[in-house]
Amino acid sequence: MALEGQARAKFLCDAERCIECNACVTACKNEHEVPWGINRRRVVTIEDGKPGERSISVACMHCSDAPCMAVCPVDCFYQTEDGIVLHSKDLCIGCGYCFYACPFGAPQFPQAGNFGSRGKMDKCTFCAGGPEEDNSTVEFAKYGRNRIAEGKLPICAEMCSTKALLAGDGNEVADIYRQRIINRGFGSGAWGWGTAYEKKA
Amino acid sequence: MNFKAVTVAFLLVASLFNTSWANEAAPVVDRSSTGGAQTLQDIMARQAQLDVDERFRSENIGDPSRAKAITDQLGTNGGTSDSEVYRAIRYNEIEPTLQQRGPAAAVLIQDAGMPWYKLREGPMITYGGGALLGIIGLLIIFYFVRGRIMIDGGPAGTTIERFKAIERFGHWLLAGSFIALGVTGLLVLMGRKFLIPVIGPEAFATLAAGSKFIHNNIAWAFMIGLVMTFFMWVAHNIPNKLDIKWLLAGGGIFTKSHPSAKKFNAGQKIIFWTVMIMGFSVSLSGLSLLFPFELPMFAKTFALINSVAGTDLPTVLLPHEEMQYANIWHSIVAFVMMLAIIAHIYIGSVGMEGAFDAMGNGQVDLEWARQHHDLWVAEVEAKQGKGGSS
Repeated sequence: MALEGQARAKFLCDAERCIECNACVTACKNEHEVPWGINRRRVVTIEDGKPGERSISVACMHCSDAPCMAVCPVDCFYQTEDGIVLHSKDLCIGCGYCFYACPFGAPQFPQAGNFGSRGKMDKCTFCAGGPEEDNSTVEFAKYGRNRIAEGKLPICAEMCSTKALLAGDGNEVADIYRQRIINRGFGSGAWGWGTAYEKKA
Repeated sequence: MNFKAVTVAFLLVASLFNTSWANEAAPVVDRSSTGGAQTLQDIMARQAQLDVDERFRSENIGDPSRAKAITDQLGTNGGTSDSEVYRAIRYNEIEPTLQQRGPAAAVLIQDAGMPWYKLREGPMITYGGGALLGIIGLLIIFYFVRGRIMIDGGPAGTTIERFKAIERFGHWLLAGSFIALGVTGLLVLMGRKFLIPVIGPEAFATLAAGSKFIHNNIAWAFMIGLVMTFFMWVAHNIPNKLDIKWLLAGGGIFTKSHPSAKKFNAGQKIIFWTVMIMGFSVSLSGLSLLFPFELPMFAKTFALINSVAGTDLPTVLLPHEEMQYANIWHSIVAFVMMLAIIAHIYIGSVGMEGAFDAMGNGQVDLEWARQHHDLWVAEVEAKQGKGGSS
């Protein structure tokens, strides 16, 4: 299942609106029932308690030319026609190289076994599940809910109370954001877009 | 291998990490028309994959001390504008706070991943793999040119004990674990390029998962073997004048002569110190990889090298960069060790008659020992003579 039309799935966090309520983090954990210690999304605050405080909600940005995909020694990543970067937990060996390559710190690893040995990587799926059959129990257990297949958008953006976090077709997201900038009359802070989407997919 | 060589190797790695190694430098741009901000030329240069000097942006991140007093109009806005804040984020010049915990969670953005990946997939596989094939080729040529080094006049038939059981145990613990680590390490580095097209991703994923398990666990056997052999043999491996004579004679390899040697000749001492120094380094970087983000050591190492060699290596590294350096250094050292060990395996097995017995059952032929380690045989016999008379 894909988004409608010729869509390119993108996230955008409007730092002028984000109020650091962490509801996106909580909603994500609840929707996908991710294990303790795994944060598919995190909220980072800069200048906390000082003038110019801003917060940004960060998860996998589903890059066009994704470094994680390039570096994976077992080639377990794939990109959907919407540009969503997904991976197969059956292939993943938990080496952690995707974390060293990722610009946004998105990949997460459960502790598994002795020493610092990591289990299979878990990350934001843009609520699009994994390679298993859409909305199957197996898919849910491994990757969480597949809202895209249900015709819905990612839960973090859907329930964002200030609509700071936007998710969906990149063109629509950019249109909404452009309108906001015009109305505000200042600044543009489409954080991370240069790094994630500079190269066209 | 002295400290200078280590420094040179480090500099080499550091220069490989510099993105300018991969990309051509962009021409200098006059930004007066934009008041110092980015120009069209900058954007075009970046799209052409040229290496743009980003300092005009990365250093233009505002100054809190410029803020108006809190009582002034707009005083609460602070001393940095929005665009300055975003530049600070882009170049990671901020110290954020967050409620989620995890390694490197406070790093909003890092862009060292792609140069690291390019280094791993490019030069590391090409030069590393090429060097391995090269040394094997050289040894095959050497075998056909020089042939097997035989015992002059044939074996004596009587033997002398060269290595005790504990020494052989230490050697084979080190050797066995090294081979297991080398093979599994090569699989993880090169499998995607060479094995996935042949056996498919599912079969390779199983192989790679097994490799990771073996690599992480056998590493401890390697470290124990390294410490054991170091303490058992270090006394016999102190370099002395005899080694210079041995090296000047080329070890007698080409002249078919037998320069004098004690328990270990200069060639063996080179192998010993290569294995010890590189083994120590590969173990340290390996521990850093085994406990991700908990044992960063490259910022400190670079600071040390800067203070000794007067270089300008980065001393502030992101957690990701620490891991990338550890990974690259681990591979480089491992490749150098593999080259040395392949040559060592050759001369200890097919390359020389009678050599394998030393580590096989520990008993070497007396004639072999007299030819290759004459002074050691004399020492042992003198000791036995004394023991016999008392």
